[in-house]
Amino acid sequence: MIETQHLNVQPALKRPDDFYNALVDMHRDLSEEQSQLANAKLILLLANHIGDEATLEEALKIATEGLN
Amino acid sequence: MLQSHQNPVYEFVHSSDQDAPTPVHHPVIIVGAGPVGMAAGLDAAKQGIAALILDDNNTVSIGSRAVCYAKRALEVLDRLGCGQRMVDKGITWNLGKVFFRDDQVYSFNLLPEADHERPAFINLQQYYLEEYMVDQINQQETVELRWKSRVTQVEEKANHVQIQVETPEGEYTLTCDYLLVGDGANSGIRKMMGLESSGQVFQDRFLIADVVMETDFPPERWFWFDPPFHKGGSTLLHRQADNVWRIDFQLGWDADPEEEKKPENVIPRLKAMLGEETEFELEWTSVYTFQCRRMEKFRHGRLLFIGDAAHQVSPFGARGANSGIQDTDNLLWKVKLVLDGKAPDTLLDSYDEERVYAADENLLNSTRSTDFITPKSPVSNTFRNATLLLAEEYPFARTLVNSGRLSLPSVYHSSSLNTADEDEFDSNMVPGTPSTDAPVNESDWFLRVIGNNRFNGLFFAEQDGTISEANRNLLTTLANSDDIAINILIVGLTADQTLPNGMVRLADNKGLLTERFDGKPGTFYLFRPDQHIAARWRALDQQKIAAALNRATGRS
Repeated sequence: MIETQHLNVQPALKRPDDFYNALVDMHRDLSEEQSQLANAKLILLLANHIGDEATLEEALKIATEGLN
Repeated sequence: MLQSHQNPVYEFVHSSDQDAPTPVHHPVIIVGAGPVGMAAGLDAAKQGIAALILDDNNTVSIGSRAVCYAKRALEVLDRLGCGQRMVDKGITWNLGKVFFRDDQVYSFNLLPEADHERPAFINLQQYYLEEYMVDQINQQETVELRWKSRVTQVEEKANHVQIQVETPEGEYTLTCDYLLVGDGANSGIRKMMGLESSGQVFQDRFLIADVVMETDFPPERWFWFDPPFHKGGSTLLHRQADNVWRIDFQLGWDADPEEEKKPENVIPRLKAMLGEETEFELEWTSVYTFQCRRMEKFRHGRLLFIGDAAHQVSPFGARGANSGIQDTDNLLWKVKLVLDGKAPDTLLDSYDEERVYAADENLLNSTRSTDFITPKSPVSNTFRNATLLLAEEYPFARTLVNSGRLSLPSVYHSSSLNTADEDEFDSNMVPGTPSTDAPVNESDWFLRVIGNNRFNGLFFAEQDGTISEANRNLLTTLANSDDIAINILIVGLTADQTLPNGMVRLADNKGLLTERFDGKPGTFYLFRPDQHIAARWRALDQQKIAAALNRATGRS
């Protein structure tokens, strides 16, 4: 587990089930390639909204934790 | 193919050095008469160093090659006497447009703030720059260019370098204090010395086509990602002088370079792009691959590597020739001080320090551009396309689009030659920065005034347009030093005030010089001969200035 100083890893969504459903639902009618593109756009939009490199770096680290 | 330009042929000329019983000595010998080698020669002449340039060829660049010259390179070329011809002949452009598939994604304007003499960029074929440089060299008494002269051996001795030169009339030997190696990306001397330039080879091929056409396309930089006329690749369009247009097509690694550059294969690509009805003539084609790499050190004893021989970048961002010209801008004033015994030989280590730093900045930028333009994995391709799709409507994504981060001069933030700020300034002219420009006097420019190959000091007079007796004496001492005299410029002195001995009055009629340097009364800036800022203070202090000058010349 990675200790974070900037990234909030405690529950923050008021209706987590709704968001999770919307996230999966976003891909419903998309091809594999379109899904990849939608995910990439989503990441770029959210990263810009967060707008803080230190926070994003922590998220990048956690995202690949245990994968390699 | 059509030729809008005839390359001159320069004759081999017999030199008396060939007949000398013992090797003739030259303070500085430069290998390679490309833009960077010739910039070194011209800079040597400006500094008052006798220099000899040797080139194994007998003409200028074949094909247009480096076509984008950035503001800072033009300012250096102004100091070397070639800037105005470049700007007069070149195409000034500020607007860049980026397209993705069928749509324009966004446009950008490079135009920086107003009231600078030189534009952000001009486009001009490399052979013109080289011709202007040859002309300029031929007007100098202290720099000589010898064609058809190949350096076949280099030997570093205890206190000089000995080289062997091969000519149509046989070989001869020369010696020099310093050998400046500017023989290009595949530097023969670098190999001869067993030195490496290491980095990344990009597995991609690009086709360059120079076409001559009469068209009403505006002088803009147009960049296409995955356009309908060249699916899967990228394409770049640039206007050059004489109605010549540069078009680059990304071909991919599997393309056959010999096949691709044949007119029968190039012309259909051009027709698809320009439209069947557009009339054009093909002038020059070339297929290139590129590397992003540098030597570990640019200085090896008495050998100093400059330009592509030292560092090589991808073409995206125009960081090749532009950074090479900044190499010699950095180097020659240092060589002069060392040859004159006014600075220790270790001052030349700062060339390595500062220009390796700059090369790393250029490599980083050009590698990132290359990765964006030619994604190397499916996921990087997905992010690239996602960015381009968003950029059309969402401004944030435009900052992520990277079709080349165009050449800007490095700020030597952490250079050992800088004296750190101890006062507060509301100006980004921090030590290590190349000076900004501003209009001064009647239709003159600040960078012209300090383009005198000397240390310059800029002093802002008191609010009432006077200068105190103590400051007057101090500045007079600096201006008339027997050691390294500083050319003193004074801003804001009223007309009735007499000018201290050895100093120049500067009129800042628009107030921009004062604004850009945050020139409150009493402020003093010290500039190196390459116009980078060495130090700045809010008040004059003789000891501090002396210490900063020592630091900037490697004496402490």
